[in-house]
Amino acid sequence: MSERVDARLETADEAKNEHAEFGYVADAVEHIEGRKFNIDTVKHAEETPDTPLPWAELGLKEDEYNRVVEILGRRPTAAELAMYSVMWSEHCSYKSSKVHLRQFGEKVTEDMKKHLMVGIGENAGVVDIGDGWAVTYKIESHNHPSFVEPYQGAATGVGGIVRDIISMGARPVAVMDPLRFGAIDHPDTARLVHGIVAGIGGYGNSLGLPNIGGEVVFDSVYQGNPLVNALAVGVMRHEDIRLANASGVGNKVVLFGARTGGDGIGGASVLASESFEDDGKPAKRPAVQVGDPFAEKVLIECCLELFKSSVVEGIQDLGAAGISCATSELASNGDGGMHVELTSVLLRDPSLTPGEILMSESQERMMAVVTPENVAAFEAIMEKWNVEFSWLGEVTDTGRLIIEWDGEKIVDVDPRTVAHEGPVYDRPYHRPEWLDGVQADTFNSSSAERPASREELKAAVLELMASPNMCSKDWVTNQYDRYVQGNTALAMPDDAGVIRVDEETGLGVAVSTDANGRYTYLDPYQGAQLALAESYRNVATTGAVPMAVSDCLNFGSPEDPEVMWQFAEAVRGLADGCQELGIPVTGGNVSLYNQTGGVAIHPTPVVGVLGRFDDVARRTPSGWREDGQAIYLMGVTKDELDGSEWANLRGHLGGKPPALDLAAEKLLGELLINASRDGMIDAAHDLSEGGLAATLSDMALRFGVGARIGLGEVCERDGVDLFTALFSESQARAVVSVARSEEVRFKDMCSARGFAHIRIGVVDTENQALDFQDQFSLPLAELKEAHEGTLPKYFA
Amino acid sequence: MTETPLIGDFSPAPDSGLSGARIGVITFPGTLDDRDASRAVRIAGGTAVSLWHGDHDLKGVDAVVIPGGFSYGDYLRAGAISRFAPLMEQVVDASKAGLPVLGICNGFQVLTEAHLLPGSMIKNSHLHFLCRDQRLRVENSNTAWTSEYEAGSEIVVPLKNQDGQYVADEKTLDELEGEGRVVFRYVDVNPNGSRRDIAGISNAAGNVVGLMPHPEHAVEAGFGPDSSAFGEVELGGGTDGLGIFTSVLKKIVAGAK
Repeated sequence: MSERVDARLETADEAKNEHAEFGYVADAVEHIEGRKFNIDTVKHAEETPDTPLPWAELGLKEDEYNRVVEILGRRPTAAELAMYSVMWSEHCSYKSSKVHLRQFGEKVTEDMKKHLMVGIGENAGVVDIGDGWAVTYKIESHNHPSFVEPYQGAATGVGGIVRDIISMGARPVAVMDPLRFGAIDHPDTARLVHGIVAGIGGYGNSLGLPNIGGEVVFDSVYQGNPLVNALAVGVMRHEDIRLANASGVGNKVVLFGARTGGDGIGGASVLASESFEDDGKPAKRPAVQVGDPFAEKVLIECCLELFKSSVVEGIQDLGAAGISCATSELASNGDGGMHVELTSVLLRDPSLTPGEILMSESQERMMAVVTPENVAAFEAIMEKWNVEFSWLGEVTDTGRLIIEWDGEKIVDVDPRTVAHEGPVYDRPYHRPEWLDGVQADTFNSSSAERPASREELKAAVLELMASPNMCSKDWVTNQYDRYVQGNTALAMPDDAGVIRVDEETGLGVAVSTDANGRYTYLDPYQGAQLALAESYRNVATTGAVPMAVSDCLNFGSPEDPEVMWQFAEAVRGLADGCQELGIPVTGGNVSLYNQTGGVAIHPTPVVGVLGRFDDVARRTPSGWREDGQAIYLMGVTKDELDGSEWANLRGHLGGKPPALDLAAEKLLGELLINASRDGMIDAAHDLSEGGLAATLSDMALRFGVGARIGLGEVCERDGVDLFTALFSESQARAVVSVARSEEVRFKDMCSARGFAHIRIGVVDTENQALDFQDQFSLPLAELKEAHEGTLPKYFA
Repeated sequence: MTETPLIGDFSPAPDSGLSGARIGVITFPGTLDDRDASRAVRIAGGTAVSLWHGDHDLKGVDAVVIPGGFSYGDYLRAGAISRFAPLMEQVVDASKAGLPVLGICNGFQVLTEAHLLPGSMIKNSHLHFLCRDQRLRVENSNTAWTSEYEAGSEIVVPLKNQDGQYVADEKTLDELEGEGRVVFRYVDVNPNGSRRDIAGISNAAGNVVGLMPHPEHAVEAGFGPDSSAFGEVELGGGTDGLGIFTSVLKKIVAGAK
């Protein structure tokens, strides 16, 4: 707190000296000294057109500020400037990404929209999963706040995405967190890992939301820019879907939940638009919001009761840009006007200025529109849950958003110009010149030795499974509650998290999030498609039918044409890929400026695919258990080590990512889904990072059951050596275990569809080892120790 | 104020002969596992009745479960505010008259804060929230909530908490041991530094039981430890927690005859 005030005093003092006559700056100073508050009203703005405003400090560019003046026909008031600056920030307006994101809406067929009840643009997309049930889900980033203040940044990331889900009328039922950190042994990594994991757990566990998956990746490119993405899933009946808009002239506008404080002020515009530091120390702590999960849990139950009792017309969550965002979005999505008295806002900190109240990102707040008849019913529900509320104003049809301070007009704007008509940039981009050189530098042309002997191969598998990216993530996921709500059918470390929606029928959903920054660095178009393919494959591997996509696009600065090219290519790839797979993008989030000191992260489009189960009892876990079951490898292995986890372990990043064949992915998905539905397979795990070595190790460790494996035929058929068979990351592959009685059916199914499949072994409950016959044997205890020891070694 | 819509959408229990037994499940602000506890009661064959913390009405239930969660955010001490809830007065009085009461996790913490059970829970020794499938030994099968188990038998149920380290002074611990009031003990691993590996205890009469692990999350095959444990629980198993609920239901039905 004090840090923030000090900072403001500093700038305020400087500004005061320069522009002693300017009311806005003087106000803040006088106010802190406890004297009368002098407000920059619309009238004052009209009378003092030449007053300079701190638009640059608030993150606006000169032409953007001039555009605000043009829209208003006068200079903005301090409060209006605050609103425009946060709502026109990259984070809220998508000004650099919009022109590319349009493809997600354009590259869709009617068939893809069949199950889409609410698409891009609302708080979260909604998918029809049948039987009158709908699922809403969305993934968002909270990268910058989590670097500055790991615990609160990560915690409020969960809180924010959950409020998006609630505002659609859904009960949140699960969360997932894809995380990316710098090098595991960097001194700053432990600070971030501990804070972020504890923050996610502390918030999500207290909300009673099972955490069913995600990712944990370590790579030095994320050292100054960790990625903290948060996904939430909600379920509702079709008739319960709500869209946030303010319609019905005369309806009341109410703010409820936590009080408004000084936290997160300027977070949206300041944090996401520049790098953090000069000297390696976070300097903007006060701009990060502080979370109160208990308040949010009460808010969830309270909102669901409001919806169920039909006492609200619409609810809008307050996230980035707080009241600025909620009022302007509600108004522009409804009848177009709203009148608000800002002094009615309940404050935690009475010294806040109007502009700060409008920008505050205090958590656990909601805004609702209520008809006058329902006011009493609304208040009764607030009282039951002990939730504070205040009536702020009402819906009008004037087309203006009017905000008053003690009866004096401080905001008078067309809400659409704030919420929807912000600047749009078609930023220049070009393919980086260095890319040809990187792509020519293949792993096979590098000096890295390829393990060949039995001892070397055994050591290589152990090294892989103990490596930061492939090791067990139990140390992280054991800090999350995966059981609460009692509907979790699969969670980490399975391919996807699976949640039952309907207890009677077993109807449910699967969700997986995936990305590979190295692949996307080597080829952004294909890398994004590979992320999509992996997520799709993971969902299908559990037996669910993929239905929809949500994405979180984490990139560097859009002002760098090479980064912008990566972004443009990744979006194009993703949109094309979705069209080919026939599943729509339902929403998502863009996080830009993930770069520090001119160095950008690997382009990291995280893709979350959602799939549907008729009955989650049919889900396929990722480990085998039954003695004697046959183990099959589906798909073909090529020599594809560029960008692989193995190459990464040898410090190599070059060449081109593995070839992509979305038709093969789709076919593999169909086979896995059929096999699950018809009870042919008892275990399935896809092949991705770490290749077959990782998949077989995971499957054995899942339930602690060994197997005897022979890869001679695979090597012969595919023309690869044993090392390549084990470590190549060729796509469209999976390993399944098949009951003996189902083997003929399974083989016939694959043959009939022309999909390569080959028997590579048998489950062996007697021998506690993963036994590569005639090669080497990995005792499960040794493998488990290597796999599970890594994270505790660094963080416990 | 007796309705708690959207928390526990309880459908009627299957006809098992036990459905006449009504078990109340209390919801506080911040309670999380109330719907899960109700589901467990239902799966065990009983009828779940939702109870609201702010009421003064036990609705004539035959037993009470105080489920897990973070009531009032656990910002003070876990359970320290909930013990003052209006309904807790009824629970305390009724328990003294013999009403079976089970506190799970946060519910256990509420029971110690309400002085229905001795000792207290502090932060886990490793300072992290921990979610794991935990092996327990049922030490006492004579309580209202454990009669369906054999003394000495072992069960696996999920454990998930931040403040799970059971502590009490040595004299109290000796008393608990001497009177056979240690009901559940951690086996293989002491997950949180609890004194003498204690996972759950009872009052002297055996009608009030509290434990940190979550038996309500081990009542349904496919949604409990069978799908996640390291091969420890057989496929289609993972329902070791069900006995807690059938114990009390059978006791209630037998007592009614």
